[in-house]
Amino acid sequence: MTLNKKYLPLIATIVVFVALFVIGGSMYRNFLSTMVLGNILADNSFIIIAAIGATFVILSGGIDLSVGSMIGFVGVCMAVLDSMGWHPLATAIFMLFFGVAFGAAQGFIIDFCKIQPFIVTLAGLFLLRGLCFMVTLDSVPIQHEFVQFYSSIKVDLPGRGVLRSSALVMLVALALGIFIAHFTRFGNHVYAMGGDAESARLMGVNIRTTTVKIYALAGFFSALAGVVYALYTSSGYPLAGSTLELTAIAAVVLGGTLLSGGVGMVAGTLFGGMILGLISTLIIFNGSLNSAWIMISNGALLFLFIVMHRVLVGSFDLKGGTKE
Amino acid sequence: MKGICKSFPGVVALDDVDLTLRPGEVHALLGENGAGKSTLVKVLTGAISRDRGDIILDGTPVEFSTTAEAANLGISTVFQEVNLVSAMSVTKNLALASQTGRFGVISWKKARQDAREKLKRLDLDIDLEQPVGTFSVAIQQLIAIASALNDNTKVLVLDEPTASLDAQETRALFDIVRELKSRGIAVVFITHFLEQVFEISDRISVLRNGQLVGTKPIDDISRGELISMMIGKELGEVESAFSRREGKEPGAEIVRAEGLGRRRTLQPCDISLHKGEVVGLAGLLGSGRTELTKLIFGAIKNDSGTMTVNGKQQLPNTPRKSINTGIALCPEDRKTEGLVGELTIRENIVLSMQAKKGWLRKVPFKEQQKLAAEMIKAMDIATPDAEKQVRQLSGGNQQKVVLARALASKPDVMLLDEPTRGIDVGAHAEIIVLIRKLCEEGLALLVASSEINEIVAVADRVVILRDRSKVGELVGQDVTRDAIIETIAGEDVADS
Repeated sequence: MTLNKKYLPLIATIVVFVALFVIGGSMYRNFLSTMVLGNILADNSFIIIAAIGATFVILSGGIDLSVGSMIGFVGVCMAVLDSMGWHPLATAIFMLFFGVAFGAAQGFIIDFCKIQPFIVTLAGLFLLRGLCFMVTLDSVPIQHEFVQFYSSIKVDLPGRGVLRSSALVMLVALALGIFIAHFTRFGNHVYAMGGDAESARLMGVNIRTTTVKIYALAGFFSALAGVVYALYTSSGYPLAGSTLELTAIAAVVLGGTLLSGGVGMVAGTLFGGMILGLISTLIIFNGSLNSAWIMISNGALLFLFIVMHRVLVGSFDLKGGTKE
Repeated sequence: MKGICKSFPGVVALDDVDLTLRPGEVHALLGENGAGKSTLVKVLTGAISRDRGDIILDGTPVEFSTTAEAANLGISTVFQEVNLVSAMSVTKNLALASQTGRFGVISWKKARQDAREKLKRLDLDIDLEQPVGTFSVAIQQLIAIASALNDNTKVLVLDEPTASLDAQETRALFDIVRELKSRGIAVVFITHFLEQVFEISDRISVLRNGQLVGTKPIDDISRGELISMMIGKELGEVESAFSRREGKEPGAEIVRAEGLGRRRTLQPCDISLHKGEVVGLAGLLGSGRTELTKLIFGAIKNDSGTMTVNGKQQLPNTPRKSINTGIALCPEDRKTEGLVGELTIRENIVLSMQAKKGWLRKVPFKEQQKLAAEMIKAMDIATPDAEKQVRQLSGGNQQKVVLARALASKPDVMLLDEPTRGIDVGAHAEIIVLIRKLCEEGLALLVASSEINEIVAVADRVVILRDRSKVGELVGQDVTRDAIIETIAGEDVADS
């Protein structure tokens, strides 16, 4: 059998990632090392975690804009509750439950009221950001000794690189995401819903519970991203995570998932997020380039990928376009 | 099923309908569009809930609120549009319907095995990892049937399964239906093709306006009786609609195209349309019928030839220019090209007229209402009022709205592409009567159709296309079914 076409976008993503990495290595000494890789993983772990949640939403044909605000809100709650004497782990678990509940509520409203996910999660974005400012207006440090312990956890990589705890949490989240997407009935339902919601419904997929579960899952991953971000920066700041929802969507799209839903893989999101991280690292390594170039190259790359998808999907349609 | 009632806002879709299915029979469900067939099926299979009535399965009343629950009880359905997710593989599609796995975890090995077994029941041997969309519609149909069947299926509902299949594929499907029948499964078969009803079914039930007209064994009924049951009129009226009408002298020439064509779309061809004349456009699927109508309308840009309207040069043509010079097009695909389903009947009718007047001079609301009311009356559109959304209408009524909209801009020339596709016998006859009426009022009409009987019934002159070029033209007495078929087939076939 020839290579299944559905792997093409994923392969393209990996090729771009490797190419960028090698280009960086040829330009700068010490770039092509596990140390840089470990740093990229750690620095971008919260984006990738949030993007894993966003992958499910986008696979189902929806969108979640509340991700960045959720990260900010979880952060300030972690910090304020820390100053009130809560253990960070207890707060983290509490916030994860909150994320699931908030996401589930968004999902329920989307399906029950038949409102576009864009609007519902936009409302969620404003709501959570507003709540951030209710909790605190300042940057609040997290001083619990657990934070020191958290940042001291390291797993050595071959070479001089290390995997920090944030990267470890992210890899566990990734494994969980891959498992849910590809080895559960729920995951299969997500793909079916994104591919053709009406057919999925007629084939016995319960659209309401699936929608609620999808957004609850996205809420869980955003809250987890918020926890990782708070522990990583050891502080909570009410503006943290602004526009991160868009970065997460960019990571998902770069990872080969179609915004129209139904096509894509969770593993691609890891590479999508890493590509974004790699670009900023490259530009920082250069030193002479303005940081504006990070966004410009992200934009250019995103555009290229979308065009590439269009071409890939187009050729697929021609082959299978027998359906009316 | 006993005493099923279902009403939607403004319309009673089903009114006290009883339906009995016996094991091992093929039961055809017939009726015009909007008669309530689809609604009945959706109630029977749990896709929508019912207002009143009981469903009794093997003597016990059953309740279900989703298609999955209905399928578990033994009532499976394959809906009208093939319902598979075309981007997903065959295995994944089949896994959607089944209940495998503990704690929601899917074992793909087992899912593949299940899928293979399911397809084996239908003797289907295909690559399970390919996306469903890469297979032909016929195969997709079989996959959908395979996915609908499970071990305790007692009733299988097939809603228009043959709508997009060719003759050979239909025969293969019928073999499978017979096989299922021999296993004691009751098959409910819904179709518009009467030949197929007589070929495969044991009993028929006819619905009209949401009511059951009757259930009869197939051997006790003739085709004519069946049609009059469906449309509630005497047969004579229907047959007269399809008979050939008297020819008469055409009026002045309005549209004249010479060598009109486009590379890879249509070979250059000549066509002229006269006042008070219906020109039929015959040919097989893909012969260029739609392309020719679109070329004349300017929806496809030509790259050769000339075209004059009322003696004036009309090239390069655009749809806007066409409308302004009095040419109207009723496209083939109502849903995607003809109507805006979300808008009301009134808004749809006013659309092209508004476009002609320019957006700044709004047609007054009063005038819109008056126009819509006139059109609904003239076309006999079945609707409670003009403010109903078009997508809620049946196919035949939607087609009438398309015609009404084209007529609202008072055209001199009307191009009709497949005006009767997907509508039932009754509405079919009404549309043909309408076409004749328009012709008598002095319009020039071009009717493209795949149904030769229809062309013979309406056309004064027939242009015949084959393989994207014009191969002949028949006039007056020469327009017969056989002559058209012969020309379409070409000499090489006629010889053998």
